[in-house]
Amino acid sequence: MPANRFNGFTEYGVGIGLRIPHYSHILEKKPVVDWFEIISENFMIDGGRPLAVLDQILEQYRVVQHGVSMYFGSVEPLNRDHLRRLKALVRRTQTPWLSDHLCWGSVDGSYSHDLLPMPYTFEAAAKTAEKIREARDFLEVPIVVENVSSYAEFHASEMTEWQFLTEVVERADCGILLDVNNIYVSSRNHTFDPFEYVNSVPHDRVAQIHIAGHSKFEKYILDTHDHPVIDPVWDLYARAIELTGPTATLLEWDDRIPSFDEVHDEALKANRYLAEKVGA
Amino acid sequence: MDLDRIQSTMFDAVRQPLTADEGMRQRTRDGKSLRVIANEIIKPSDRLTSFERLEIYNRQYWFRILAALSEDFPGLRAIVGERRFEKLAVAYLLDCPSRSFTMRNLGSQLEGWLRAHPEQIAKCEQVALDMVRLEWAEIEAFDGAGKPRLTEAELRGLGPDPKFELQPYIRLLDLSYPVDDLLIRVRREGEVAELASNAVTELVHSSARRRRLPKPDRIFLAVHRADNSVYFKRIDQEAYTILCALREGKRLSEAIDAVDWSDRPPEDASAAVQQWFAYWSAQGWFCKTINKQGLEQ
Repeated sequence: MPANRFNGFTEYGVGIGLRIPHYSHILEKKPVVDWFEIISENFMIDGGRPLAVLDQILEQYRVVQHGVSMYFGSVEPLNRDHLRRLKALVRRTQTPWLSDHLCWGSVDGSYSHDLLPMPYTFEAAAKTAEKIREARDFLEVPIVVENVSSYAEFHASEMTEWQFLTEVVERADCGILLDVNNIYVSSRNHTFDPFEYVNSVPHDRVAQIHIAGHSKFEKYILDTHDHPVIDPVWDLYARAIELTGPTATLLEWDDRIPSFDEVHDEALKANRYLAEKVGA
Repeated sequence: MDLDRIQSTMFDAVRQPLTADEGMRQRTRDGKSLRVIANEIIKPSDRLTSFERLEIYNRQYWFRILAALSEDFPGLRAIVGERRFEKLAVAYLLDCPSRSFTMRNLGSQLEGWLRAHPEQIAKCEQVALDMVRLEWAEIEAFDGAGKPRLTEAELRGLGPDPKFELQPYIRLLDLSYPVDDLLIRVRREGEVAELASNAVTELVHSSARRRRLPKPDRIFLAVHRADNSVYFKRIDQEAYTILCALREGKRLSEAIDAVDWSDRPPEDASAAVQQWFAYWSAQGWFCKTINKQGLEQ
């Protein structure tokens, strides 16, 4: 199950996000890292330092692209300039799969730069799946969609989030980037059982798993990616890999970023669970 | 309610400006109740009302784009001061919301918008405009396209009156104030950040103090790149004129003729031109022309 058609039949281990504060450490020390995830939009440019650094990283490491602005769930059509730039980057990185979020964020060509939650309707599932298919056909790379953290639910919803995720990926015939931290955050904000979510998604479509930290406020939890992973999220991770097998795992740490070693060590805790649960 | 209406309604609500204490307003700018709108589309939870849930997204929208714009224009922030910058940034982003998938382009309309709204930079209009031009040029020079540079042998092999193509990332500026020095000082205090995945943004109110404004002093700048770092190179007015003419596609002789040499004796002018071209060539400012088929010309 871990190597499947949604992750290009690869068996990547435990990676971390490639972030600017770690560039010099990585390029100078060349630490052993299974793989790096890059934010596609940071490299969808015409030249300069970001691409030069990326090329050096690509000489040494496996890189997977993760996007934040494709907005498969927005009603408006995919942005053709965005797709062209993304395709050029896909060719450069040779990413075996490409992920973005199951969300919306633009209306009439204006961008929110946020990952806005979907109303869980059949209409939304159909439209979203159609755009995922269109993107995959253009980009010629497997696409996987990530469940987002959310802080609102819509009256219009006709199903649970995990039913919606399943509906979309089956209609689009695409993979899932299962973010267990996002599941935890949303479960606390919307009062559902996160294990029911993990148990219910189509496990054979899970191409990658995200883990991360978050911040607790008085009445809700925010997905801030600025803390270590908490135990309940590790528990969800353990359950997820029991069901999916040893899946490519990525720690996100995007704010108040500590040293490379601290981030990497936090990510490598995943290996304990992989050894315990699936003998990987 | 269909998907189209849910998204346009929520998007409109999310982009409403925040109150002074960074909460969601009671009414939209055209007078609709945001509480009613929130109740129409969003379910309350056991802890939060529909309004409070929508407010999380409203706050995040503004925190994120204001933080990005603030990071891109620390020089303007230093000139107008923190509070005035926040006010003008909100007004600008209301008039010119992002039309790009990347926040890198958030400030692309700022100079034009400020020219149309001089009241936002009253008492420091020209120095603020100069700073915005420089900061936008820096953004473009940082990640603009670069082409293979002309080698010395290739330069020597050019005809007697060639056309030179400038690297696309080079920006040429004619400024009334020496804002480069001020920006370098401000930049030294800043930190690098980048777009992160799926992470919520905290709005950090910078404690940057308003700077004493520089005195007017016309300068000419080439904003360029070397070893992937951006540099501000002050150049003579004559050199600026030549580079601008070359960028317009003029031949070398035409570019030199475009300059008013009346202040220099001919032998000085000739020596200066040779010196400038030697520097520009060494810096790789001239590039090979690539045609649409990707072939070098």
